Amino acid sequence: METHLEDKVMSLSEAVKKFIPDGAQVSLGGFTAQRHPMAFVHEMIRQKKKDLHLVGHSPGGDWDMLIGAGCVKRVELAYEADEAFGRIGPRFRLAVQRGEIEWEDYSNFGMVQRIAAGAMGIPFIPTYTMLGSDMLKKEGFSAETRKLRKVPSKKLVLMDCPFTGSKVALLPSVQPDVTVIHAQVVDAQGTVRIYGQNFGDDQQAKAADKVIVTCEEVVQLEELRDYPEHNCIPFFRVNAIVKVPYGAHPYACYRYYDYDPEFLHMYHDKARDDASFKVLLDEYVYGVKSWGEYLEKIGGDEKLKKLKADKLLGYAPKLKRR
Amino acid sequence: MEKKYAKNFSLMELMAVAAAREIRDHEIVFAGTGLPMLGSMLAQNTHAQNCVIVFEAGAVDCKLAHLPMSVGDPRTMRMASTATGLFDVFSTVLQRGWIDVGFLSGAQIDAYGNINATCIGDYKKPKVRFPGSGGSGDIACLSKRTIIIAVHEKRRFPERCDYITSPGWIDGPDGRNKAGLPWGGPEAIITTMGVLKFDEKTKRAYLASYHPGVTAEQVKENTGFDLDISRAEETEPPTEAEIKILREKVDPELIFLKKGED
Repeated sequence: METHLEDKVMSLSEAVKKFIPDGAQVSLGGFTAQRHPMAFVHEMIRQKKKDLHLVGHSPGGDWDMLIGAGCVKRVELAYEADEAFGRIGPRFRLAVQRGEIEWEDYSNFGMVQRIAAGAMGIPFIPTYTMLGSDMLKKEGFSAETRKLRKVPSKKLVLMDCPFTGSKVALLPSVQPDVTVIHAQVVDAQGTVRIYGQNFGDDQQAKAADKVIVTCEEVVQLEELRDYPEHNCIPFFRVNAIVKVPYGAHPYACYRYYDYDPEFLHMYHDKARDDASFKVLLDEYVYGVKSWGEYLEKIGGDEKLKKLKADKLLGYAPKLKRR
Repeated sequence: MEKKYAKNFSLMELMAVAAAREIRDHEIVFAGTGLPMLGSMLAQNTHAQNCVIVFEAGAVDCKLAHLPMSVGDPRTMRMASTATGLFDVFSTVLQRGWIDVGFLSGAQIDAYGNINATCIGDYKKPKVRFPGSGGSGDIACLSKRTIIIAVHEKRRFPERCDYITSPGWIDGPDGRNKAGLPWGGPEAIITTMGVLKFDEKTKRAYLASYHPGVTAEQVKENTGFDLDISRAEETEPPTEAEIKILREKVDPELIFLKKGED
């Protein structure tokens, strides 16, 4: 398979151009306050991607910015917030209330099971979760949308288990066009190592047709092959590698840097209002040419020093968080 | 030893202590952001030192040194037994039946302990949209018992939720059975005014206790459904030791103790 030998290491702008067509079904890694591929999100916004269909479990500002920037047509999710930094994604809330996007609700376990089923190559997965919930009764997508490519023909099916007779919900699997994750370390061939919780990154990547990994470090092949049991995605699943140090800012990246409370509080303050959100996008996304320039804008070395993770703890224990 | 009750404490502190007291030693606890974290960290530092704290984002049995601001916070990694991800924790820990007690919250809680974390008004054209289930629906369905934490306001306690994100007793004693959940269910609702429990026969919430400074009648007035207050007594106040640990060890940065729960 010759694709294994091609050079996968590329720039953010190349990776977005090559792998994210308008209308693509995209899944982004991370979980609320950690390891979202933010540099990649900014580049998608700069390239004015349209009509994206996002699938995930608990995204945060990654989806919220894409939605606010007008890049998103529909979402399938369980939760959209930054938890203690912001109890809901403000642009997501407004887009739903204004009817600007289509949405479908599942629970977190529901969504990760759908993704895991996609990764396993099976069409559906049975579960007890969501039984008794209105997530079984209310559907967000229209009959029209249900006919589209990569959209399941039904939200779910309730049935009695053929073996035990107990009630189960059958959830349709998901196989996104592209999954983008932000990992700590990748080798030049594409083997991925993630430190700390994996969240859903492993299954999200394995369910997808194409995989893009942005990362803190790209290392030589031998470095990751010494301890293969610490690696989570084999190289042949990865199509593009982009080295972007601090690429998850303002979110944390375990053992590398912490989340940026100051920026997150500022985001939630500005993103509630259309005009101030536009100013924020102009300043931090459209107004910068590179992630390096962005890092200067958010406070440069002085800020990054504050966020730097303690070697033993994996986060910054002295960080001011309120 | 005689209990020394604290004289000065905030409402948040009282609620954190009430949450902690719901956790028994050696139990496996599914904790969410905010008060459940304060409560489980306090429990781990007081009467339930062997309780196991599980976070849906991956960390299992961590020994928290700094209060996390997210269930996916790097702080949840400290001294954890294992750290995987959502699929592993939800399927092999929660759905496999290992969670003794799960904590929940939401925008609306109804008379049967059902929770709405999704929207107010019509689902397709919501007046207000909330973040959605997250792990709440999963914890409500699959834990052995759940404890709900909520701000007590009339509009947040309707007879019936606009949307049931996380099922409680659904519509009565047989509600969970009919839905296919012959286990679990909510045990208590800890609010800013008191503690509600569920009647054994009807599974409707009644007032078990009102917090110091509040009357049972005031709780009833601030509840949207008809609340039985005949069994109510005053909530046991926090002890001096609990308040000291909460302030000095659990949340010295005043992340949740100061801010209040929304």
